[in-house]
Amino acid sequence: MAGKVIIDGNEAVGRGALLAGCKHFFGYPITPQNEIAEFFSRELPKIGGVYLQSEGETAAGFMLFGGTLAGARCMTATSSPGFSLMQEAISHMAVTEVPAVIVDVMRLGPGAGTTQQGQTDYRQATKGGGHGAYRSIVLAPYSVQEILDFTQWAFYLAEKYRILVIILTDFILGRMSELVDPKPLNFDHLPEKDWALVGKGKKGGKSKQILSGLMAPGGIPGYFSHQIEKYNRIAETETKYETCLTDDAELLLVAYGSSARSSQDAVDMAREKGIKVGLLRPITLWPFPQKAVKELGARIGNILVVEDSPGELVEDVQASAGDSARVSLLNILARHNPGPQGLIFPERILKEVKSLL
Amino acid sequence: MTKKEITKEVVCEPPRTRLQSIPIMNCPGCHYGIIIRMICEVIEELGIEDRTIGLGGGGCTGFWTMYFDLDMYGGVHGPGLAIATAIKRVHPDSIVFAAQGDGEMGAIGLGYFMAATLRGEKITTIFLNNACFGTTGGQMAPTTLLGMRTTTTTQGRDPKITGFPFHGAELAASMKGTAYSARMSVHTPANRQKAKKALKTAFEKQIAGVGFSIVEFLSACPVNWHLGPKECLDFIENQMIAEYPLGEFKNVDYIEHLSDG
Repeated sequence: MAGKVIIDGNEAVGRGALLAGCKHFFGYPITPQNEIAEFFSRELPKIGGVYLQSEGETAAGFMLFGGTLAGARCMTATSSPGFSLMQEAISHMAVTEVPAVIVDVMRLGPGAGTTQQGQTDYRQATKGGGHGAYRSIVLAPYSVQEILDFTQWAFYLAEKYRILVIILTDFILGRMSELVDPKPLNFDHLPEKDWALVGKGKKGGKSKQILSGLMAPGGIPGYFSHQIEKYNRIAETETKYETCLTDDAELLLVAYGSSARSSQDAVDMAREKGIKVGLLRPITLWPFPQKAVKELGARIGNILVVEDSPGELVEDVQASAGDSARVSLLNILARHNPGPQGLIFPERILKEVKSLL
Repeated sequence: MTKKEITKEVVCEPPRTRLQSIPIMNCPGCHYGIIIRMICEVIEELGIEDRTIGLGGGGCTGFWTMYFDLDMYGGVHGPGLAIATAIKRVHPDSIVFAAQGDGEMGAIGLGYFMAATLRGEKITTIFLNNACFGTTGGQMAPTTLLGMRTTTTTQGRDPKITGFPFHGAELAASMKGTAYSARMSVHTPANRQKAKKALKTAFEKQIAGVGFSIVEFLSACPVNWHLGPKECLDFIENQMIAEYPLGEFKNVDYIEHLSDG
């Protein structure tokens, strides 16, 4: 128990960021991420940092871009409509390769949608919402402890590869409280930020000019070959997932984030009844654990994707599994209640599992 | 006929903060070259080149990134003042300037501009007013004069359809967080002297931590105005200044609750 605290997922973002040395936060209020902004507005002035409430999410995105361009560890947090507004800035971050971190606490649906639970931004986060064929690393925690840890990990990955890292949580993960160990994580040595705009006096008089266009040496092929090489390296090195009870499984559940929590419960309930079900939980949504899905899919032959969405994750699962496994989907229509409070309960998942075996 | 011997003598070196590896790529008769040199001279005279971070915008000022031997970023159209805000907040000891075009101040970037002045950001804005969208081929801008023909107002700008010209310097002067706001022109030597003084004052306000500072430059766009360089000077003198009067609109040394010290 020593040193452990009970906090919600949104506060875990803040605590994780402070442990990672993040001193600047630019953001705009939106439900259900407000506790993150409130945490930073309270804590950053104490350590000589900056909390700046912007004039909107487009500005917050560009402020994050500017602060990161200037070499500082900074971040923003938002929720789905705000994340849409940040896509322009994200595209500029991609071409300039600045190592920014954004938390997207998803809420449901297009437009204003609801302010409550949903997982309807998988495709936007993983396939990029902005223009220009770029990639961002997408981390999908499923507990408050993971939110705290992954926020630290996000800064490391961002700076290691000079890439945007998106932490994709949702209403449930952001607002639920759990016992966590707020410990700092240690990562490898990171490269110097010799590209950052800090004023040439701090760099021995050598100035740096950065353009938001394809100005890499080698022209257009130079730019894209560098990006392809980088994305391949990330996919080879950083793809992360977790499996549970897959060795003897006759059916494989695939789910991420809050749906993975329900799925985990469904696995436990099924095992008590002697039903052989396992779980594969992608932790990096991009890079997606294609190989693991393919291998487990081929061995088990029967996959059920559970997601609180009409069906987005299922597309990556189908593409990875190919013809080697039957892929079924339990989607948002399986919620227990037609209102915005609806959820896919473990009992409903178990019922679906039984019908597939 | 005796050949007259030509002797070459350097009478004026280029500013050391003007990167010589890249030629100025603006059209003949464009005033950006004059303004770029002016920025270099002011930064050198103030001794701030080691801690200056500059931003170009989208369009023609995007290329400004490559002209300065300073830490520079450019190429995005609109949010320059949001980016400048963050750089200044992250490095309060730096001097941050942003070169912004007509759309960046009066259209797509108007919100960022107003918000930066509302917050009294201690940054210096260089607003290039050439009454059109230059890079994209001469479309109407917020600053286009009434009756002026552009590729999107071929019968002349009609305020019933597109409203009235945008007065950035006056607007900035009306904001509490603004320390300095002026509109200048570089179309005559006398005006160039005044403009340089104004630009220097704008940077000095930032150095002293007083508040937001802005200099709006009237600037010729011969290609899109369909005028020769000399005719452009006349157009500025007779048409542009009639709509956009020159001068200082605000100049204060202290803003309560905002200024340093």
